[in-house]
Amino acid sequence: MTVVYKKSEGLTDLQLHYCPGCTHGIIHKLVAEVMVELGVLGDAIGVAPVGCSVLAYNYLNCDMHEAAHGRAPAVATGVKRVRPENVVFTYQGDGDLASIGTAEVVHAAHRGEKITTIFVNNAIYGMTGGQMAPTTLIGQKATTAPYGRDEAHCGKPLKISEMIATIDGAKFVERVSVHNPANIRKAKKAIKKAFECQLKGEGFALVEVLSTCPTNWGKTPIDALKWLEENMIPYYPLKNFRNFGEVK
Amino acid sequence: MAKVLMKGNEAVGAAAIKAGCKYFFGYPITPQNEIPEYMSRELPKIGGVFLQAESEIAAINMVYGASGAGARVMTSSSSPGIALKQEGISYIAGAELPCVIVNMMRGGPGLGGIQPSQADYFQATRGGGNGDYRHIVYAPSSIQETVDIMMESFDVAEMYRIPVMVLGDGMIGQMMEAVEFHEPKKRELQEKTWATDGTKGKRKPNIINSLFLDPQECENHNIRLEEKHKIISEKEVRYEAEGIEDADVVCVAYGTTSRIVKNAIVECKKEGIKVGIIRPITLWPFPMEIFDKINKNAKGVLTVEMSMGQMIDDVKIAVNGRFPVHFVGRSGGMVPTPANVIDSIKNIAGGVK
Repeated sequence: MTVVYKKSEGLTDLQLHYCPGCTHGIIHKLVAEVMVELGVLGDAIGVAPVGCSVLAYNYLNCDMHEAAHGRAPAVATGVKRVRPENVVFTYQGDGDLASIGTAEVVHAAHRGEKITTIFVNNAIYGMTGGQMAPTTLIGQKATTAPYGRDEAHCGKPLKISEMIATIDGAKFVERVSVHNPANIRKAKKAIKKAFECQLKGEGFALVEVLSTCPTNWGKTPIDALKWLEENMIPYYPLKNFRNFGEVK
Repeated sequence: MAKVLMKGNEAVGAAAIKAGCKYFFGYPITPQNEIPEYMSRELPKIGGVFLQAESEIAAINMVYGASGAGARVMTSSSSPGIALKQEGISYIAGAELPCVIVNMMRGGPGLGGIQPSQADYFQATRGGGNGDYRHIVYAPSSIQETVDIMMESFDVAEMYRIPVMVLGDGMIGQMMEAVEFHEPKKRELQEKTWATDGTKGKRKPNIINSLFLDPQECENHNIRLEEKHKIISEKEVRYEAEGIEDADVVCVAYGTTSRIVKNAIVECKKEGIKVGIIRPITLWPFPMEIFDKINKNAKGVLTVEMSMGQMIDDVKIAVNGRFPVHFVGRSGGMVPTPANVIDSIKNIAGGVK
């Protein structure tokens, strides 16, 4: 029998705890496959966030740190400064990176830390039960925005990739999505480039991955993918913002 | 090695480097700025890394990362900055990582002031971070003792996989004294097989973590930590005690304040009052047992602090109702004078000529 597909050795054998239809599993797989394809799994040291992907340290088959909420880029900085020969990455959600951890990610980028950040944006706090995030869309309902997000009350959603792309130390910044196979392939390419940016010693790299949260959005997995495409992508355009220093 | 005259803060840096510390992450705050300044000048010369973080919060998390990756690492700050580091200290204690944290205390609460204070005793010994954790707290009273403790702290931290805090104050940080650097006594240190340096495909992943979602596992973790705390309490308590077995009055003071108390004791002795002193060198673990040696007929115990009264809680636990416990303290950056202490000693001794 010919094996046409098998699970990446970059993932452990544990069963993921994610809700049905959540795209974290896809993004984990892409990160794992990229590390294996680049031959860096044995050199990799990852930093997991607080939030839905808090247990990423159990799923990715490499050395891992579990950081406090939002602090992953600071933890990764400590690791990378001690072990510059290793490949160091953070995996963070939007509550973690775009709210409590803005200072840490901005300054990791500003110092040009040679780390790779995978930023998963699903426009909501998932783990805590669907509260409003800085990335929640205008009008989108959340458990702490029961009438929908109101710009006059709490501003517009934060565009992290655009913000990080203004920082010179950030050498690779791209926003991708995983709502269909074509975009999953593009996402993988961007993640690979973000790791290559580190391997080449260029500087900070960030890939923002638009992701679904069927449970807290109150949608079926398929409707959630459709909602992402129709509502998130118009506000969060999929594009490369910085390609090894070249500003787009 | 000949003695050299050094400012406390610079001596902290020099001792850390001699102890093999190669990484420093910090953020500026008075009155400890000479520590990061010294490290920024000296660490690059030995292939180490000094990094000025964007905040104290980031600095302590960089320490968490560096320590998890297997490095000898430290940070330093002063009171409000240490307050910001508490989250990270709790995580470091929870993940059982070694590191050294220096606090050159200043007046509080809030922004407080920049003059010497001992008002962070609660913060240091009870912890401002969440959860059932402890860390060792050393309180040196001279620059020489600061150097000796700094040089030993990294070994102690690694031996027990626990954060070690060196608690000085603005006075210790800013004054100059002659110091010598001595190798600390050798300790048996285990190889850091738990550190993250990449699996190289040859071992299972190492995970640096303080999360235990199963409450039974979390309790088991806490029981393990408590067993470690008990061993530290038995083996690492340090204090200086003098003249307590026939004393009329026993003073308890640490750090800078203990020097003032010693001057007061000399004056009282001239007047025939027998005064002893207990100087805790470890604030946690607190030297409880030495209080059992106090003269049964002593008239009282006097706690002297640069605070409104914090260590006095531990003194009362140690005294356990056997003697009245009195207090002299100045706060907010004011320093008690020997006269303040002498007056109190005389009052407690009562009717002394």
